[in-house]
Amino acid sequence: MSNITDLKLVELVDKIKKKELSSTEVTIAFIERSKKSKKLNTYISENYENAIKKAKIFDQKPDFKKKLPGIPIAVKDLFCTKNIRTTAGSKILENFVPTYESTVTQNILDEGGIIIGKLNCDEFAMGSSNETSYFGNVQNPVSENLVPGGSSGGSSSALAAKLTPATIGTDTGGSIRQPASFTGTVGLKPTYGSCSRYGIVAFASSLDQAGPMTHDVKDCSLMFEIMSTYDIKDSTSVDFKRENYLTNLNENIKGKKIGIPKEYRVDGMPKEIDELWEKGIKIIKENGGQIIEISLPNTNYALPTYYIVAPAEASSNLARYDGVKYGFRSKGENLIDMYEKTRSEGFGDEVKRRIMIGTYVLSSGYYDAYYLKAQKVRRLIKNDFDEAYKKVDAILTPSTPSSAFKIGEKLNDPVSMYLNDIFTVPINLAGLPAISIPAGHDKKGYPLGLQVIGKAFDEQSILNIAFALEKNISFKNNITDWWIK
Amino acid sequence: MTIDLKTVKHISKLSRISIDDNKAKKLGKDLNSIFSFIEKLNELDTKNTEPLTSIAETTLKLRKDEIKSENIREDILKNSPDKNKDFFVVPKVVE
Repeated sequence: MSNITDLKLVELVDKIKKKELSSTEVTIAFIERSKKSKKLNTYISENYENAIKKAKIFDQKPDFKKKLPGIPIAVKDLFCTKNIRTTAGSKILENFVPTYESTVTQNILDEGGIIIGKLNCDEFAMGSSNETSYFGNVQNPVSENLVPGGSSGGSSSALAAKLTPATIGTDTGGSIRQPASFTGTVGLKPTYGSCSRYGIVAFASSLDQAGPMTHDVKDCSLMFEIMSTYDIKDSTSVDFKRENYLTNLNENIKGKKIGIPKEYRVDGMPKEIDELWEKGIKIIKENGGQIIEISLPNTNYALPTYYIVAPAEASSNLARYDGVKYGFRSKGENLIDMYEKTRSEGFGDEVKRRIMIGTYVLSSGYYDAYYLKAQKVRRLIKNDFDEAYKKVDAILTPSTPSSAFKIGEKLNDPVSMYLNDIFTVPINLAGLPAISIPAGHDKKGYPLGLQVIGKAFDEQSILNIAFALEKNISFKNNITDWWIK
Repeated sequence: MTIDLKTVKHISKLSRISIDDNKAKKLGKDLNSIFSFIEKLNELDTKNTEPLTSIAETTLKLRKDEIKSENIREDILKNSPDKNKDFFVVPKVVE
């Protein structure tokens, strides 16, 4: 038999159910590999001992009806986990231990999942390369000194390096799909309101969504099925009929109408990405799908809109970090001085930059010009999608305008860093679901992804389309374990 | 539009984030490049467009006001950077 850590999530579940593997064996295998992989810097907190204890308890009285029977899973450190430190990649939360569990991680625990650790991410999920984390850069297992994407960079890296059989991330402007694309893995950003935001450290509340990151579409369907529940504790959670996404998964896309937005053919996009897109289009046609040219005319305004809306919401969400009830505190001469020093020393540069942008656009005299304007343009962007969905069932685009870049390469140019999210941000603004799947490599051998965007709450369709693409692409990640001595 | 040093300092005050002059200069530069990118929105006529405040088109549900978690005072206080018995401690605010 191959290594335990080479198995995919659904395969592991199957083997545990057939008693070919125990939860303890599986949990130890992923922990041992994680221990050998410190160089990647994927973990912020390890929960190894506790996890093995839980695996042993599971094996003593296994419940094979669970969807994740004794399966070890490492999660992004943006999810509050009861009694396990939760930092959001920030110094200001370095010693924060939640007294409650996020709904999404609770769902994983309820299905028999075991949390083996908390994964690195950009500070407060603000970043596209995992370089803004207080806990340091994360290495992309694809190649040394390559960024794993962000903000769910620890998640994408740990998954691609097989330190966890599946993981979860959050996506505010591309933070699941872009790192998935950079590491040759699958990432789903569900419809806004599909997964509960309760217990997720808030960044931009009208955009944040949790979602699965996995090796393939099957695993993704299983994880999504577990994560997505209606939750009274999140006032924006939507009570819609959730499917058995894995059971319903099929590659039949005959008659499906797939839109190709012409505005996504941006200037200066590498030829390889265009070719990848063409490859996806060809597969859809060959499998009986119909390709329809569509227009999303306000695409170019999505990023500027995002860089008003997201920082505005962040500036108000992050006002709670004042050094009083939890988190880091710096000494000050008086209360105000204490606040100012705490926030100055506790937040990193990118977070401060975004808080200040947000504060500015919400400040007296500028609200209408910036924030209100952005909300109006957001409506136009959503209308574009509504129009398009009168003609098509889903939309196919590249996931990112480039492959992964080197650590440090874009750090001093915020706007160039922001441009990374050009294909993912409009989807968050419109609240739609989208999945990124690995679809090929560029000439450097780095993975590239394709994105399938769906109608609101129609995750099943995009999973099916992604499943069909995946079957025909047969992508293989060339990861050599270079970081293991 | 350009954001000058005085404005940067004002925003930093509103944000309750202290910054020194060097940092303020660097931040000013970054903010200017970000805002020149944001200005693009002015190309659009939005006179007759309603702002989109929430994507979730649901009415807020009510639930009973009942205690869900009890006896967690100790755990909550454990996260506090400075405490005294059952209280959070802050620098003196009343003379």
